[in-house]
Amino acid sequence: MDLKDKLISSFMAFENNVDVDHPVHEVRMEAMKNFEIKGFPSKKEEAWKYTSLNSLQKVDFSIFPKELNALEYKEVKKYFINEIDTYKIVFIDGIFSSNLSETTHDGVDICLMSSALNKPMYKQIIDVYFNKVASKDESLTTLNTAFSKEGAYIYIPKNKMPKKPIEIVHFATGTEASLMLQPRNLIIVEENAEVQIIERHQSLTSNEVLTNCVTEIFAAKSSIVDYYKVQNDAANASLIDNTYVDQKDKSDVKFHTFSFGGKLTRNNLNFYQNGEYLDSTMKGVTILGDKQHVDHHTLVHHIEPNCESHQDYKGIYGDSSTGVFNGKIIVEKLAQKTNAFQQNNNILISDKASINTKPQLEIFADDVKCSHGCTIGQLDEDALFYLQSRGIPKKEARALLMYAFANNVLESVRIPELKTRINKLIANKLGVNLGFDL
Amino acid sequence: MAYTEEELKKELETKEYEYGFYTDIESDTFPIGLNEDIVRAISKKKNEPEWMTDWRIEAYRVWEKMEEPEWANVHYTKPDFQAISYYSAPKKNDPNKSLDDVDPELLEMYKKLGISVDEQKKLQNVAVDIVVDSVSVATTFKKTLGEKGIIFMPISEAIQEHPELVKKYMGSIVPTTDNFYAALNSAVFTDGSFCYIPKGVRCPMELSTYFRINQAGTGQFERTLVIADEGSYVSYLEGCTAPSRDENQLHAAVVELIALDDAEIKYSTVQNWFPGNKEGKGGVYNFVTKRALCEKNAKVSWTQVETGSAVTWKYPSCILKGDNSIGEFYSIAVTNNYQQADTGTKMIHLGKNTRSTIISKGISAGKSQNSYRGLVQINSRADNARNFSQCDSLLMGNECGAHTFPYIEAKNKTAQIEHEATTSKIGEDQIFYCNQRGIPTEKAIALIVNGFSKEVLNKLPMEFAVEAQKLLEISLEGSVG
Repeated sequence: MDLKDKLISSFMAFENNVDVDHPVHEVRMEAMKNFEIKGFPSKKEEAWKYTSLNSLQKVDFSIFPKELNALEYKEVKKYFINEIDTYKIVFIDGIFSSNLSETTHDGVDICLMSSALNKPMYKQIIDVYFNKVASKDESLTTLNTAFSKEGAYIYIPKNKMPKKPIEIVHFATGTEASLMLQPRNLIIVEENAEVQIIERHQSLTSNEVLTNCVTEIFAAKSSIVDYYKVQNDAANASLIDNTYVDQKDKSDVKFHTFSFGGKLTRNNLNFYQNGEYLDSTMKGVTILGDKQHVDHHTLVHHIEPNCESHQDYKGIYGDSSTGVFNGKIIVEKLAQKTNAFQQNNNILISDKASINTKPQLEIFADDVKCSHGCTIGQLDEDALFYLQSRGIPKKEARALLMYAFANNVLESVRIPELKTRINKLIANKLGVNLGFDL
Repeated sequence: MAYTEEELKKELETKEYEYGFYTDIESDTFPIGLNEDIVRAISKKKNEPEWMTDWRIEAYRVWEKMEEPEWANVHYTKPDFQAISYYSAPKKNDPNKSLDDVDPELLEMYKKLGISVDEQKKLQNVAVDIVVDSVSVATTFKKTLGEKGIIFMPISEAIQEHPELVKKYMGSIVPTTDNFYAALNSAVFTDGSFCYIPKGVRCPMELSTYFRINQAGTGQFERTLVIADEGSYVSYLEGCTAPSRDENQLHAAVVELIALDDAEIKYSTVQNWFPGNKEGKGGVYNFVTKRALCEKNAKVSWTQVETGSAVTWKYPSCILKGDNSIGEFYSIAVTNNYQQADTGTKMIHLGKNTRSTIISKGISAGKSQNSYRGLVQINSRADNARNFSQCDSLLMGNECGAHTFPYIEAKNKTAQIEHEATTSKIGEDQIFYCNQRGIPTEKAIALIVNGFSKEVLNKLPMEFAVEAQKLLEISLEGSVG
């Protein structure tokens, strides 16, 4: 039985565990119908031209983990930004772990999707926001919608800001030979509110894990959202991340994606600008080795006038790794005075590595400034020689240049401890110790 | 007196297609529809050898199984391939004709187009192989070229006279199975140009062909094959105008260029098929497959100015097979009213030290859609490959669209690729600056557009550059204020 059939038959078992009378279940059933028709995307589809899910579909994934595996904080401390105090929403094999988490209802709601779906007090918000910006058409998103039950739920009311950043961490412990997870997050940031979120998926074993995650973010007028995705998973873990952002007037949403690990990572970042004078930023650093594959798919849909978007993705590809960047900018007829910028720079450091990039502009308005730039190249030989002539060994010299290359993206990380952590991850990935942090 | 914007708009909207006249020539036209018998009949009519007939039949069988491609960013009513007549040749066609034998009515038609054959022959120093409705009726300068050993003739004659060359190269770059329209063309092409430049010869003049679609309801399927042997050089011009017609006409050409070691081919196109009227009615469908193969140290340069056609679907490509080979693509695509263009290039780097340059300028006005779609592919053995691409779009008015779809695939770590794209409009301050200095708005726009496209216009041969510049102005006048 292939994965699609298994998922379809699992849906009935899933229905036994959720409230089928809740209006959300209608949404789930609708989504399931769509997935049944569409199935997994194939390479024939333009959006999946360079990323194949064939091998993943052959794995016999468990859809529901059988038992809860407890973890001690000290075992997994290193996966948190433990230098600072944070709110934590932690899941182990898809199940909420109350002893690792630190949630709150004090002025802001930082809790669980399951409670938001079940408790009547949240019903109104769920009615207004759930599955409103996520695609009802894209097959993997609808697959997640069909099985949506658990995940992070964050609600920041007007003029509020949580006291500390929020960490959302998903652990996979390997109780199953292979596990499929489908977390569903809903994040609502009301007018003038602000939030910082760090998200991480971490497998603790060498067993196969596939995560198909959907996050919906609603950024109301003048809100600020800072979102960091740290992707440094184990070698047998695959991640398909679908993020949908709905932005209103004057809001500012920034995404930083750091992709260093995992077997296959696909990031679908979709921004819908439903307001004026707002700003969307997407930045990413990708450093890959072995046979890793990372695919960044971004979409910025400029719907209203006077908005900006900035994209900056840097990639370094070694060994037999493959990278994909597909950045799409749509400027609607109404969206005059749009400024949309996109930059994608890549370095190939191995003969077997490859990169496919496709920046895409679709522009229907005339008074706009849009540009995209894309380069593929190598480290500057002269710069390398300069560093070596000053006594810096070749390996370190190369690492220094790569640091410099990625630094544009790191500069705008606003949590210093996170920045230090990312620097360490980069040093690790490049296999050097420079003895200082940039 | 300066025009007001309104007046200009009015004038332009009512401006009919300048070359929209219809010459009444008795044509020898096949019944409409397409089947194996029609393919055989075309082949027979052309007196073709058996291998050619078989080749066509094979292509037809492949085509039958293919589906029309839908990936391009264009929307149109699909042509009914069974409602087209696949052969239309002007009558009174004599293989041993000279210029004097050419139908006077035809000559009149060329005069209207501004290319009277006899005059041009002497003044322009251009050898023209004129194609009217698929059959080549006049070839000039054949003798001068013959002395150098250059073969320049209709492809139907080349099939008779130089079968060894045609057999070897035709379909070698664009195989019959390549795509839907290439397969269709391979099955039913009626004529086109054939050009062979021998080893080490530098072609002394610009070779040129001139295509027109004349007979209503006839599709034009021409086939061009240019072979530049080792160390040779040729500059080839292709220009198009078509008379005004209400129903959509199909144009599905195939162009194959072969540049052997150290050879250089420069291929320039000015395309001005009927774009349809201001309501988007009528116009030519232009679905063209153009591809070049570069051997060692060879260079192929595509230059195109696309102002016509209701729907354009065209990607002149270079396969950089030999080491140190160079591919270039310079393009200006202008769309106005309801025109749609999806055009660009493919640069396939296979050899070492291969270089490619892409400069694409898109100008959209009215309600038109203009897309750049390109592929730069560096294969794993192509060490030190270099590519520079630049796609700029200029938008005029807020009802048009400009799109870019560049695909970049690198499989070699020594590759150096740069890609830049910008979209902008003509700034009010730029116009104001010109106005201030006494330049009327209309002229100012022409000035700015010319500046915008200069990089590409500069690549055209002299005679073409003037014509192209004029075309740009005609296509865009008054589309903004």
